Amino acid sequence: MTAKIGFPSAYDLAAPKGAEDWRDLYPYYLMFQDNRRAEEDGKFWFCDSQHWPNPFKPFDAVTVEYAVKCLGQYNTRHYLVPPANGVDFRIHNGYVYMSPVGVAPEDIGPRVPQFMERAGHYFMNWPDLEARWLDKVKANIAEMEALSFDDLPEVVPVDWVKGGMGIDNTVPLSETYDKAIQLLYRTWNYHFEFLNLGYAAYLDFFGFMKSQFPTISDQSIAKMVQGVDSDLFRPDDELKKLAKLAVNTGVSGNLAAGSVDQVLAAMEKSEAGRAWVAAWDGAKDPWFNFTSGNGFYSDDKYWIEHLDIPMGYIRDYAVRVAQGLEIDRPTAEIAAERDRITAEYRELLDAEAQGAFDGKLGLARTVFPYVENHNFYIEHWSMSVFWRKMRELSALFHRAGFWENADDMFYLNRNEVRDALFDLGMGWGAGAPATGPTYWPAEIARRKAILTALQSAPPQPALNTPPEVITEPFTIMLWGITTDAVKKWLSGNEGGNKLEGMAASPGVVEGKARVIRSANDLGQIEEGEILVTPVTAPSWAPVFGKIKATVTDIGGMMSHAAIVCREYGLPAVTGTGTASSTIKTGQMLRVDGTTGEVTILSAA
Amino acid sequence: MNAQATMTGSLYIVPFAAATEADYPRMGGKCASLARMIALGAPVPGGFAVATDAYAAHLATTGLRDSILAELDGLNTADVNDAEARSGRIRDLLIGHAMPAEVEAAIRAAYRDMSPSDDLPVAVRSSATAEDMPDASFAGQQDTYLWIVGADDVVTHVRACWASLFTGRAISYRADNDLGQIEVLMSVAVQEMVDARSSGVAMTLDPINGDRTKIVVDASWGLGESVVSGEVTPDNYIVEKVLMQIQKRKISDKHHEIVADPAAKRTLHREVDADRRTAASVSDAEVIEVAQLARRLEKASGCPQDVEWAIDRQGRLMALQARPETVWSQKKAPAAAFSMGIEGVLGTLLAPLQTKN
Repeated sequence: MTAKIGFPSAYDLAAPKGAEDWRDLYPYYLMFQDNRRAEEDGKFWFCDSQHWPNPFKPFDAVTVEYAVKCLGQYNTRHYLVPPANGVDFRIHNGYVYMSPVGVAPEDIGPRVPQFMERAGHYFMNWPDLEARWLDKVKANIAEMEALSFDDLPEVVPVDWVKGGMGIDNTVPLSETYDKAIQLLYRTWNYHFEFLNLGYAAYLDFFGFMKSQFPTISDQSIAKMVQGVDSDLFRPDDELKKLAKLAVNTGVSGNLAAGSVDQVLAAMEKSEAGRAWVAAWDGAKDPWFNFTSGNGFYSDDKYWIEHLDIPMGYIRDYAVRVAQGLEIDRPTAEIAAERDRITAEYRELLDAEAQGAFDGKLGLARTVFPYVENHNFYIEHWSMSVFWRKMRELSALFHRAGFWENADDMFYLNRNEVRDALFDLGMGWGAGAPATGPTYWPAEIARRKAILTALQSAPPQPALNTPPEVITEPFTIMLWGITTDAVKKWLSGNEGGNKLEGMAASPGVVEGKARVIRSANDLGQIEEGEILVTPVTAPSWAPVFGKIKATVTDIGGMMSHAAIVCREYGLPAVTGTGTASSTIKTGQMLRVDGTTGEVTILSAA
Repeated sequence: MNAQATMTGSLYIVPFAAATEADYPRMGGKCASLARMIALGAPVPGGFAVATDAYAAHLATTGLRDSILAELDGLNTADVNDAEARSGRIRDLLIGHAMPAEVEAAIRAAYRDMSPSDDLPVAVRSSATAEDMPDASFAGQQDTYLWIVGADDVVTHVRACWASLFTGRAISYRADNDLGQIEVLMSVAVQEMVDARSSGVAMTLDPINGDRTKIVVDASWGLGESVVSGEVTPDNYIVEKVLMQIQKRKISDKHHEIVADPAAKRTLHREVDADRRTAASVSDAEVIEVAQLARRLEKASGCPQDVEWAIDRQGRLMALQARPETVWSQKKAPAAAFSMGIEGVLGTLLAPLQTKN
């Protein structure tokens, strides 16, 4: 095997068979355009399969558009991060490729004073600004929650007529859609208000520790910074509370009554059961606005709409509680361990370095709760409400005969939805049939076939020739893409029975592999298996009680998944690049989360 | 203050486990270090010090003191042959003279406490007093006798250790440096032998780069001499000190081992059988146990340590010796300027760590 020196050009990467027309799915500005080839091929692009592991439905591209655009604006226009602008991105064959935009060397210096003023203000006022952030995000969610998409009535309400409103029902309908999209845009603006700075402060501490202790493990540094009580753990904690309540008040037998409705009906028959139902209802909002996906896809399942998911987890937890097993996260031990580790490393430094340690760790700990918590408020709660509202709109179209399945709207891109709304309103206004019902079903069927074909081919890890050394801070910080990682991609992991990744959570175990490509397949996991997946999400927490270890294709030391694995004491190897395509379900694996090595011990 | 009051044991014998700080000066460096390890809670093979007072009594009551001084009169340190001849005669005197009865009785009693049936193998080692140790190589000339069994042999070898104070090189050194010849005192360690299944050393920093977040453990089959002498390439483990995780393990081909031959009262050098050669000489759990022991000694002593350890055939871990690491500990790290707060963050953005290497 000879090492490659670069990755293919997007222009040479043909679509998989049956997906030749994939460009019809996405807006023009997300595509590699033929007349820009020289320019586009001159840049290095890496695939972000960490956040977008599967090809996008057309509508879902809005998440990458808003997220990556907003990430960039904070570097480029808010804080003027001296060496880094934003991140350019394209979709190719259904996957997203990113290319961070550097700053010309002569422009870096002049940006410093502005960065110091703007970013400095954030670092100096972090807690206050973060509290304001939470208020803004909650208000934004409340606005989204208040949106409603109402079927067009037979006639304009008479009081609208008599009240001299002067508009018809299509006006609020299209305005509500626009409002939803605007609120989503705000959501993603807010998402990055603190994130880039937060990661940078964390990385400053990280770099300091590495300078003092060149071989210190990333895990050790992470453990000193990460919080014990993150809102991200609350949904899972709520399930555990409900499981314990059911066992302690003697109503856990009802959990086996069948469907969620049957469980609730059985509970209603007793005083204790009614108290349990009240607790269940109390936990739902907001904590069940939680997905086993990552919030970026319209088909991510949120607990609040799929109550069978949390109910199933509660049932599992209750069984363990009844067996006398401890299900709570050992928060006191985690906190004690964090203090111990912090004190021990500190003790190994000389006095001067101890001062720097205290300062940098202090700042890292100030910023880090945001890095952890924002995920609940944005990816889970905000996106839960957004996707739910969009499904309501899709169902409205479905009732109007626009498409075959209630959720088919996501095969339109967000601007086409506006078109379809006008189409709907035009037909309604004219009293003639809209075009949509005769246009979209065939078009959606065609698009579904294209997406299925796109899903058959994995993405390239990157495009074009990588820079000799990766210096762009956000590539390293947010995606964990380093010079070494790119070298590994180029040499490939194929051929051997060993895969290497990042030692994300310590421990060694052996067990049977279960390859999971989507959160919807989580139900397949059996007790004692090793989860192998392109990317994990922290909301998979309840399955962590069943599995022995986790192996992912992508993700770094501070990915939420790595954090949760450490919390649960599960070995994890992240960023292997190819585990989910190399490993087959049923194979025996050895996962060494301390060295980052995964060994395939036997065939399936 | 009466130091005598706080001392332990008899005038001539100090059991390691009972020694206090006040006893250390009369136990010599090696014994004091063993006693200190025990005081810190480390598992150490049992034994006792034949205190400096025993040696002093030997010199004083047998008339040896004057005979030795007479032998040293007119020593020409430039003449190696002269020094060696005098050394030989002095050592014969020391070995040939019976000990004062009360000293010998005390040694026999102390050994009997360890081994009522008079058959426990012990090591008998000289334990020099600190002032007498100008450098490590000098200390190395003092004697060590392994697999000594029975009170008679113990007594004989205690005398042999005393005699090792008067090697040709030692007497010349003391003469050249105006150190008293007869004033130098010596203690002797009598310590239970460990029938080591595996043994090695642990350093509480990485000797390659001085990295204090690591504990490096070398391990091989049998007694530790093969590791210390470099006859065998040992298994090598790097343990993260704070997390107590093994981060690297290199299992070597260990062709050779030194094991006890208790019947012959000696050690035996032999080839390691094929199936053990490339097998790990310690389990991962044992590596962690060794690392924890080394860490405990480091914390208690306040500086990086070199620890010799052994695991006996029952799987018990023992600390054999601990001394301060000297190479890296004496290096002063270059003074670094740390930029703090947002300036630190800016520096990190301008040069992300992974680009430096």
